Amino acid sequence: MTGRPVMSALGAAAPAGSGGAVVSLHRAAVAVGGRRVWSEVSLRFSAGEFVAVLGPNGVGKSTLLKAVLGLLPIVEGGVEVLGARPGERNSAVGYLPQRRAFDPGVRVRGTDIVRLGWDGHRWGVPLPWPTARSRAARERVREVIALVGAERYADRPIGQCSGGEQQRLLIAQALVRRPELLLLDEPLDSLDVTSQASISALIQSVCRSEGVAVLMVAHDVNPILSYLDQVVYLAHGGAVMGTPEQVITAETLTMLYGTPIDVLTDRAGRLVVVGQHDVPPDHRRASV
Amino acid sequence: MGADGGLSWNLVDDVRILLSYHFMLNAVRAGTIVAVVAGAIGYLMVLRRQSFAGHTLAVIGFPGAAGATWLGLSSGFGYFGFCVAGALVIAAIPGAGRAGNGLGGYGEESAGIGVVQAFALACGFLFVGLYRGFLSGLNNLLFGTITGITDDQILVLLVAGAGCLVALVALGRPLLFASVDPDVARASGVPVRAVGVAFLVLLGLTTAGTSQITGSLLVFALLVAPAAAAARLTARPVAGLALSVGLAVLVTWLGEAVAFFSPFPIGFWVTTFGFGAFLLATAYRAAADRVSRRPGVLAVAGGSV
Repeated sequence: MTGRPVMSALGAAAPAGSGGAVVSLHRAAVAVGGRRVWSEVSLRFSAGEFVAVLGPNGVGKSTLLKAVLGLLPIVEGGVEVLGARPGERNSAVGYLPQRRAFDPGVRVRGTDIVRLGWDGHRWGVPLPWPTARSRAARERVREVIALVGAERYADRPIGQCSGGEQQRLLIAQALVRRPELLLLDEPLDSLDVTSQASISALIQSVCRSEGVAVLMVAHDVNPILSYLDQVVYLAHGGAVMGTPEQVITAETLTMLYGTPIDVLTDRAGRLVVVGQHDVPPDHRRASV
Repeated sequence: MGADGGLSWNLVDDVRILLSYHFMLNAVRAGTIVAVVAGAIGYLMVLRRQSFAGHTLAVIGFPGAAGATWLGLSSGFGYFGFCVAGALVIAAIPGAGRAGNGLGGYGEESAGIGVVQAFALACGFLFVGLYRGFLSGLNNLLFGTITGITDDQILVLLVAGAGCLVALVALGRPLLFASVDPDVARASGVPVRAVGVAFLVLLGLTTAGTSQITGSLLVFALLVAPAAAAARLTARPVAGLALSVGLAVLVTWLGEAVAFFSPFPIGFWVTTFGFGAFLLATAYRAAADRVSRRPGVLAVAGGSV
């Protein structure tokens, strides 16, 4: 990231390893198949913060989540997750990977999907008779389904739930083990506008009420902008982090995407990001 | 089937006559073992969308059995040896060991598996040709028989079947997790790849056992039909598994009994009853879904969030 001083100047480049941070990266770099996806990325955030990772396609937003999970090697710099190395405390991390919806033919109930998040990693099967442990599991599954407001369709086959319903159940699955960190990869993708808004509000309320730190990859900043505490913009191999007001300015975004972008303020004082429509067809799509 | 007693309207007597023949008793024993295992493993195979891999394993068993017969060995060795080896080959095809759930899950892999399947069938045909046996041998290998199941064979089926069920229980939740949600399962520490390979080996053992009753081509009567019917009747994994096992056993018993009293082969009857169960379950699901979609019964189906 040499030659782009403006990025590190804007970034909240606090040193890694200091107390209080749920996730901290210090000048980290990650490689996939020998190719360096990004480097010199510094960011940190704490419990109860809602952070979005934004940026054009292919800059390594999902890669950032995988690096935090310890699924990809850190080739440079320092990364600390919940006070340990990435991957060491994954039992305290809830993860919702980027995906399409469940196929309509999947005939497993939403409740079962949530329950797998609780004890799906344990070998064997539960004892066939009720025990204190199985009662606790059932109670927790019911509780978390109520938390995301999915009681009405939790007993339906998940393949028959709508996209928004499936996403709520999957968020419940990610939350069921009371994680301290929630990693969400494009949870709003392919949802209609109403669902996008209500899922965003749900994530923020979970973030506040459960004190969970949320790191969410998003394609489109507008539905979540008003809920965010911090944003991370990944572009051109590096990153910028700050509050939405700091980062979401026409100058920063235009520089990051390499294409003219406007930031408007609506009557309620909300920011709206608008890309220009004279982008040449061969330009990598920057859907902001 | 040579039924000396003939069919009467007294079902108790019919069953008594049927079980008075040692070969029928063995057929029922073997059929029950095979049905329990096929019902259970088949349920997960359907859930994982690995029916094509399962079918290929069954077809791979055919050259195994034909080859073993040609060499003068018991066909059971051929089935088990080839099916387990075939499972490992399929597992080695990149991406084939994982569940086919999701977009593009089974594109390249199914082509690879299909090539293996065609070659296996051709090899089986070659071995039958080399053996120069009478044609009914080929028929039995492909479409099954209930005569001539030995006590030794039943012992082998019992050991293999018990082993499969113990392994299935041990894999348990991680197998279900890796089947419906491989990405999250991996992040939760489930060794998704190893679980997938282990399941393919179990599937190989199951198809090898089932082939000895239904023949290589009609394995699906027990492996898919009861499981697919059960999945249409319930969305609860445990209930679905139990229902799948129950249907497989029922279909086998009915098929064997009717085959005993009729001139038509067992493979036809077991498959027909399995098909019937599947049709009934599909009709039930369509009717139940229609009722639940009727306005007013369930508030706005498809209403987002």
